Amino acid sequence: MTKITYREALKQGIREALQKDARVFLMGEDVGRYGGAFAVSKGLLQEFGEDRIMDVPLSESGFVGAGIGAAIAGMKPIVEIMTVNFSLLAMDQIVNNAATLLHMSGGQINVPVVIRMGCGIGRQLAAQHSHSWEPFFAHIPGLKVLSVGTHEDARNMLGMALNSPDPVIIFEYTSMLNMESEIASGTNPTDITSAKIRRQGKDISIITYGNGVYKCLDAAIELAAKGIDAEVIDLRVLRPLDETTFLASVSKTHRALIVEDAWQSVSISSEISARIMEKIFYDLDAPVKRLCGVEVPVPYPLHLEDAAIPQVKDIITTVTKIVKP
Amino acid sequence: MIEFLMPNLGADMESGTLTEWRKKPGDTVKRGDIIAEVETQKGLIEIEVFEDGVINKLLIDEGTKVPVGTPMALILTATEKQVTPVTEEPKIKAKEEKQETISEPGKIKATPLAKRIASEHKIDLSQIQGTGENGAITKEDVENAIAKQVVIPVEESLKKAGEEIPDKSTTTNIRAAVAAAMEKSNREIPHYYLEKTIDMSKALAWMSEANKQRPVKQRLLPGALFIKAVALSLREVPELNGIWNNGLQVKSDINIGFVVSLRGGGIIVPAIHNANLKTVDEIMEKLNDIIPRAKALKLRSSELSDSTVTITSIGEGGADSVYGIIYPPQVAIIGFGNISKKPFAQDDLLGIHSLVNVTIAADHRATDGLTGSRFLMALNTHLQNPGSL
Amino acid sequence: MNKEEIEKIIVSSLKKIAPDTEPSKLSPDENIKETLGIDSFDFLQFIISLDEKLNLEIPEQDYGKITTMSSLINYLTPKIK
Repeated sequence: MTKITYREALKQGIREALQKDARVFLMGEDVGRYGGAFAVSKGLLQEFGEDRIMDVPLSESGFVGAGIGAAIAGMKPIVEIMTVNFSLLAMDQIVNNAATLLHMSGGQINVPVVIRMGCGIGRQLAAQHSHSWEPFFAHIPGLKVLSVGTHEDARNMLGMALNSPDPVIIFEYTSMLNMESEIASGTNPTDITSAKIRRQGKDISIITYGNGVYKCLDAAIELAAKGIDAEVIDLRVLRPLDETTFLASVSKTHRALIVEDAWQSVSISSEISARIMEKIFYDLDAPVKRLCGVEVPVPYPLHLEDAAIPQVKDIITTVTKIVKP
Repeated sequence: MIEFLMPNLGADMESGTLTEWRKKPGDTVKRGDIIAEVETQKGLIEIEVFEDGVINKLLIDEGTKVPVGTPMALILTATEKQVTPVTEEPKIKAKEEKQETISEPGKIKATPLAKRIASEHKIDLSQIQGTGENGAITKEDVENAIAKQVVIPVEESLKKAGEEIPDKSTTTNIRAAVAAAMEKSNREIPHYYLEKTIDMSKALAWMSEANKQRPVKQRLLPGALFIKAVALSLREVPELNGIWNNGLQVKSDINIGFVVSLRGGGIIVPAIHNANLKTVDEIMEKLNDIIPRAKALKLRSSELSDSTVTITSIGEGGADSVYGIIYPPQVAIIGFGNISKKPFAQDDLLGIHSLVNVTIAADHRATDGLTGSRFLMALNTHLQNPGSL
Repeated sequence: MNKEEIEKIIVSSLKKIAPDTEPSKLSPDENIKETLGIDSFDFLQFIISLDEKLNLEIPEQDYGKITTMSSLINYLTPKIK
C-alpha cells in the first residue's frame, strides 16, 4: 500500500500510459512547460519530450478537434480540457464528431480519444468556473463517461479508458487534488463498466459519484453511530450506468438516497430515480430521495459555495429522515 | 401589510435619525414617493417607498434614531385590498398542508413493499397506523401488525365464521398469520429458557375440595389456578410483563394471553385483562365464556388485544414440558406441561405426587436468567398456597 | 329414559363441543377424550351440558369412570329416573 495524493495518482496513471504505448500522448493547455494548470503533469515534459507532451493554443474547439483527428488517424491522444467549464466551447467536436462518427460512418471510423476534464466546485471559482456537468455528457449516446471519485480510480481508470476503441470522457475533481489516501502499490487494472459498493449496509442505499463518494462514506460512519447501517455505492461509470449493482442494493435495503453536486433538474439522480421506480417499485419501502446542488449559479463567497452543495451533515440529516421518519 | 424599514443608504451606515415624516396614515403612496426625511452621517436624505399602497401606521416618532432595518411604518399594499394580516396566511397554508396528509376516504397510503407483504399475509391495511413519511404504512408497520396476536386476519375470519364450523380458508389465514409471527419472533428475539418442576399436590387438593362446594358450572380447572398464580408472580417480577420497543416498556396492567388450540389446526390467543385483580372463580368464569367462543372464532377484538404476556398449556395426556415462542412484542411466554403423577422426594422420603413442569421462555434483551428464575420461584410459592390465589 | 335416549344426548353434547367429529361413530370402548381430541376445558363444557340436559352433576372423582361410551352410559343409566 502507498500513501498518495489524488493529483499524484492521476499523474502516475498518465505516466504509466505514456510508458506502455507509444501511440499515447498528452495534449492540453499548459500541460507541458507549465506542468499542468493543476500540476498534474508536472515533470512529464522533461521525462517524455515535446512529441508526447503537447502544449496547445487557447482554443478548445481547435485542439479537441485535432485530438479527434489524431485518434481517427491511429494515435491514442489524452486530451486535457483544463476544466469542464471550457468544454462548452468544444461541444460540437465532442458531440457531433467524437460521439457520432462511428454511427455516421456506418461503423468504419472509430474515435479512440480520451478526454480528461477537471470539474466541480470547492475553490471559490464562482459561477462560470465551478460546473458539475456530468449529466450533460452522460446524456449522449456514443460517449462513455467515467467519474473518478476515489484515489484508486484516479490511478487506474485512465489505463483502461485508453483501451477503448471509442471516446471516453473522464471527470476528475479539482477539490480532491490535494487529498491523501492509501492505494495498492503498482498497477491494478480496474474495469470501467461497474459501480462499486464502497460500504456494505442494510438500512438504505446511498448512491453517489465523484465528489460525493468520500462525503457519503464519512456520513455513513456517523450514521452507524446512530444505529443506521448505510450502504454506499460509487457509480464510477455514469454512462452506461451499472444498474444491476444499484438495483440489487435497493432491492435489499428498500430505501435509496442519491447524492450529487450537480443540480437536481435533469441530472444523474433523475435517471437513477426513474430506473429504480421502473424496475423495482415493489421493493421500495420509502420514496427515492435526491440530495443535489442548490439550483443557483454557484456562488463566490466561501460560506455560500459550501451551502450550495450537499455536505456530510446534510447527508446525515436526510438519511436519518428517510430511515426514521 | 408590509413593513417599511430604515433603509441602508451607504455601505457603512448603521443607523439613521428620522427627522420628518412626509406622509401620514391614510395617505395613498406610489412607488417612488418620498415618505420621510432621514439624517445620516452623510447628511439629510429623502427616502422613498418601493411599493404602491396606503400608509397604515407610523411606527416611530420624528427625532428618533433607529438602526438600519428597523420597521418605521406599516403600509397596506395595493394588492391587499382586503384587510388580511400577514400572519393569517401561513396558518391557512399550514392547514392545507395538514389536510393533504390525512388520506382521502378509501385511499390508504402504504409503500409498495408494505402493500406486497400485506397482501401476501392477507392483512387488512385499513387497520394499520402508518409510521412512515406522511403517515404511510411501511414494511415494519405491516410486520408488527402480523405479529400482534394475529388480531387482524382473525377479525376478518370472525366476520365470516358466523354460526358455521370455521372453514379451511379461515384457519389457513390464521395459520399464515401465526406463521409470520413465529418467524419474526424466532428471527428477532433472543430467547432464553428455564424450567421448574412444581408440586401440584396442595393445589389439586385445594381445588378438589373447592369444586365439591361448587355447582358444576363453576367447577375450577388447574388452568384458572395457573393464570392467577402467574398474574400474582408477575406483580413480584414485573420485568416479564411488558413489551419490547427498542427498550423494555413494563406494563402496569397484567393482561394474560392464553393459547387456545383450534380444532382443525392453528391457535388463537385471547386475553384475560387485569388477571391479578380477578379471583380464581372470576378467571374460570371468563375462561368458560371465552374458550368456546375462541374455538368457534366468535371473539371480540377487545378480547384479542393488549396481552402483556402469554401462557401456553399442553393439557392432559400431552407432553411433559412445553417451550413456547414469544409473541412479539411481548418479552415472555410461560408453558405448563401435563400434570402427572411422578415420584417426588419430600423431607427425605419418596412419594408419588402430581407434578407439573413449568417453563419460561424470555427475551434476553429485556431480562436475564436470574429474573426468569425469580419468577419461577414466585410461581411455585403461589401454587403451594392455593388458598391465597 | 332408556339407553338409546341417553346415548343421543351424549352424542349431541359431544357434537356441540367437537363439531368437526362424528361422536355417533364412536365404538363403545374407545376413549372419548383421546379419540375426539377433547381437552379438559371441552370436557368440562361437556359435563356442564350433561348436567343441563340430564339434571345430573357428575363429581370430579367420578371422571375416571366415564372414559368410554359404554362406561359413560352404564354410569348414567341408573342415576337418571
